[in-house]
Amino acid sequence: MTEDLVLPAPRQAATAGEPLLKVEGLTKHFPVKGGFPIRRTVGHVQAVDGIDLTVHVGESFGLVGESGCGKSTTGRLITRLLEPTSGSISYRGQDITHASRKQIAPIRSEIQMIFQDPYSSLNPRQTVGKIISGPMEINGINPEGGREKRVRELLEIVGLNPEHYNRFPHEFSGGQRQRIGVARALALEPKLIVADEPVSALDVSIQAQVVNLLQKVQDELGIAFLFIAHDLAVVRHFSQRVAVMYLGKVIEVGDRESIYTRPRHPYTHALLSAVPEVNLADENAAPRERIRLAGDVPSPINPPSGCRFRTRCWKAQDKCATEEPPLIRLSGNHEGHLTACHFPEDPTIEARAEDIVLDPALAALEESLEEAGDGD
Amino acid sequence: MTTLTKEAGAPVPAGAGAFLSVRDLHVSFRTEDGIVRAVDGLSFDLERGRTLGIVGESGSGKSVTNLTILGLHNPMFTTVEGEILLEGQELTTARESELEKLRGNKVAMIFQDPLTALSPYYTVGRQIAEPYMKHRGASKKEAWARAVEMLGKVGIPNPKERAKDYPHQFSGGMRQRAMIAMALVCDPDLLIADEPTTALDVTVQAQILDLLKDLQQEFGSAIIFITHDLGVIADMADEIMVMYAGGAIERGSAGEVLRAPQHPYTWGLLNSMPRINSDVGAPLAPIPGSPPSLLNPPPGCRFHPRCTFQGRVGGNRCVTERPLLGTDRASACHLTAEQKRTIFIEEIKPRLG
Amino acid sequence: MLRFLFRRILGSIVILILLTVVAFLLFFGMPRDPALLMCGKTCTPEALENIHRTLGIDKSIPEQFWIFISGLVAGRDDFSQGPCPAPCFGYSYHTNEQVWSTLLDRLPLTVSLALGATVVFLFVGLGTGMIAAWRRGTLVDKSFTAGSMVLSSMQIYFLGPLAMAVLVYQTHLFDEPRYTELTKDPVAWFTGLIIPWVVLSTIFAAQYTRMARSSMIEQLQEEHVRTARAKGMSRRYVFFRYAWRGSLIPIVTIIGIDLSSMLGGAIITEYTFGLPGLGHLAVESVQFSDLPLLLGVMLFAAAVILLCNIVVDAVYAVIDPRVRLS
Repeated sequence: MTEDLVLPAPRQAATAGEPLLKVEGLTKHFPVKGGFPIRRTVGHVQAVDGIDLTVHVGESFGLVGESGCGKSTTGRLITRLLEPTSGSISYRGQDITHASRKQIAPIRSEIQMIFQDPYSSLNPRQTVGKIISGPMEINGINPEGGREKRVRELLEIVGLNPEHYNRFPHEFSGGQRQRIGVARALALEPKLIVADEPVSALDVSIQAQVVNLLQKVQDELGIAFLFIAHDLAVVRHFSQRVAVMYLGKVIEVGDRESIYTRPRHPYTHALLSAVPEVNLADENAAPRERIRLAGDVPSPINPPSGCRFRTRCWKAQDKCATEEPPLIRLSGNHEGHLTACHFPEDPTIEARAEDIVLDPALAALEESLEEAGDGD
Repeated sequence: MTTLTKEAGAPVPAGAGAFLSVRDLHVSFRTEDGIVRAVDGLSFDLERGRTLGIVGESGSGKSVTNLTILGLHNPMFTTVEGEILLEGQELTTARESELEKLRGNKVAMIFQDPLTALSPYYTVGRQIAEPYMKHRGASKKEAWARAVEMLGKVGIPNPKERAKDYPHQFSGGMRQRAMIAMALVCDPDLLIADEPTTALDVTVQAQILDLLKDLQQEFGSAIIFITHDLGVIADMADEIMVMYAGGAIERGSAGEVLRAPQHPYTWGLLNSMPRINSDVGAPLAPIPGSPPSLLNPPPGCRFHPRCTFQGRVGGNRCVTERPLLGTDRASACHLTAEQKRTIFIEEIKPRLG
Repeated sequence: MLRFLFRRILGSIVILILLTVVAFLLFFGMPRDPALLMCGKTCTPEALENIHRTLGIDKSIPEQFWIFISGLVAGRDDFSQGPCPAPCFGYSYHTNEQVWSTLLDRLPLTVSLALGATVVFLFVGLGTGMIAAWRRGTLVDKSFTAGSMVLSSMQIYFLGPLAMAVLVYQTHLFDEPRYTELTKDPVAWFTGLIIPWVVLSTIFAAQYTRMARSSMIEQLQEEHVRTARAKGMSRRYVFFRYAWRGSLIPIVTIIGIDLSSMLGGAIITEYTFGLPGLGHLAVESVQFSDLPLLLGVMLFAAAVILLCNIVVDAVYAVIDPRVRLS
């Protein structure tokens, strides 16, 4: 590492579209202890296993997937809360994969994180003012007019009363606490915010308030977002580009339109079809396809060989077990829409001639109900 | 207090043929901070074999209502007033032993988090067999066989062996299936499902919801389905009741409530929720403020401090008078029926895209 | 699970060995000469030398340690007092008796005291705690809670003499506490220990009442307990089958700690009632700088504590399948 890495990154307004964060082959394996009589590492939880991502300046990039897919681990790797096992993370061309605390200090302030739980992520013994000014203090930043003035500004930006500077977190509701978390993240004028399930702990009516706030922050301050969530509709609403993760791999990535209306990977199809929908339009809207997978996501300790989705996939063949499909642009896909599948689906989410019901209990019940229906 | 609260639930006539009939239910808890009016004047009916979806946010009273139906509230701190009639049998005053005969038998429950809702100390099979032994007088062996049969029915592979496992050896979706097997083991007439899929992943949620619907067809149970997720309720419910701050504010068939909602709170919910096919260009329209404290609920309409349509109601009725919820298709709001319709069509619907 | 227990036992043995090393170095590496104490006022250098040889402390410390360890494992016969079979902790400086046999002499009293008291405080403590939880908020609950608050703030050296004064000296209901071997005269064993049992267990029971009550109430609020109620199981069934089992886990932990400390010697109780158990022995060994005895008592107590920990872990596994099957 050369000395110039320690220099703070220039704070000029970067042009949109330029890569801000580039992640290549990022991997995180957590050791699993076991064995007898001496405990040793007997395996690894392959939480994140070789993913490539690029977040551009000012862009909102969504990361969706079900529990255990590694989306939160990815967020923590990028903010360097976890040490990557291998792969590289570069921020504005600087490799920060294994940068030391000192080297990363100038960049730390530019990458901030918002957490899921607004109850446990704020220190209950600190006032709101102290919580928000904390990052400035640690990084030795003295804004014009003093830190207190800046905190009041930030409180105003996130829609809280600046007079509440001296209150404690417990005096706020869940939604307001999440606003405090946003204000804290904004305190250092970041260029990238990693938001890990920022609204999933909140009530529906409050969720929208926080989503709108984040959107305002993104538009007005030009901050790029890595938006991690399990709620496909929220991710769609918030993100220009979306990556779908399954068992530590990115299985499909692309612009919002491609992922949500022209998905190719069977898992993306299954995910989208599983989202319960409020059909507000008329009854004659085109029905969506119905795919019901069997069972739960397998353990990331011994993930399936080849394509990780093959054990739950209706299109899987021998090739899927032996050969891992590369994340590539399939013919017919838009620019930047990459899919990791040997046997991709058609780019549509409309209903098929026949539903795909892999769950044996569901299939059995539906068959017997159908028979009963025919008998009538 | 307002002048009309006393009559709040009174005008609703008892549904003669209703399987379950809740009349003017009030549930309040004594806490250190004061009295929490968790449910305040709630009435509804449920027919056999139908699914009632109760939608509301945390603190709306939806879960409390259903714990009260089975008498599972803590009697030491709770006051229950009003009537809960199950096939004409009054449950609020029923003796504990009578309620025990109903629970798990005629009325069963499914809870949100199957990991904490199943005992870690006993096998899944035993936990399913227990109510069958109790209510059907079955022997241990018969009950075990029934448990294995039920596990097979809800889609647990290799049920004979898996029945001997403990809940922590099951995955999240499997646990919820086991929970459903336990609830259906005595073929209940009413199944109360309290956020049964909230803790699950979306693909597993889809499996469980479909399973519940298919099993309902086979078992013919009525279902009360409680959730905060409008998408889930749209998928499951025949009728929908929207709850806010301890009371029902709108009810009707699922189509009516979702496609032609009449209450500003329901509009707010629909407007604040991004959908998988909504217009991403338009920002969400959140409901301002947060739900009220039930220690000291606002006077008049509980929703008025967050309501943007207050000005269209003459005078300050919203602040002084609590709007009533009529029978059948109804909404508890002082706007006139005409206003409700035009506001929805002209101002709300276009935003929903 | 067996693997886990096996690993715990191995670990405990390692801890004991380390403890032996540290304790040995602390005691025998100390720049204090125990021979001076034994030599008395008319000490001559020759006599001192002689004692050094008898005690074996004329050799280097590693050598001494090796002799000590091999004595523990294989026994020794190089003592002037006579042979010392394994496990040999040597001879007491003070009484000239074998440390191991002294320990064995005092052990039955301590075990009787500890187990007897444990039986009483478990029955009384858990019983009242569960009744209080069952009848939460009632007068019964409130009086049990208040009573246990008062009693658990008592001390043995206050309750003990009080009990003696009332039950022995004034009303003559009981004899003065004294230890008779169980095998010799069970009745005398029982009557001789009943007052120490009652006094010792009163204080413990009060703590267990509070613990059992709060643990039970916590368990009764668990979701799985509510589920059991929701499927129609009776309150009594749910209380004893579902809630009780979970409530035992924190209690078992504390029982393990209390029992192991009592088995290591209930010093204050033994002194209060003048019963010569292990606690008494420990104090004596300190008073007389009797290093072999002190080391013996300490290692014995440590072994008991480790053993109790293993038993507690095994009991966890019996109670909770999540422990058993992980």
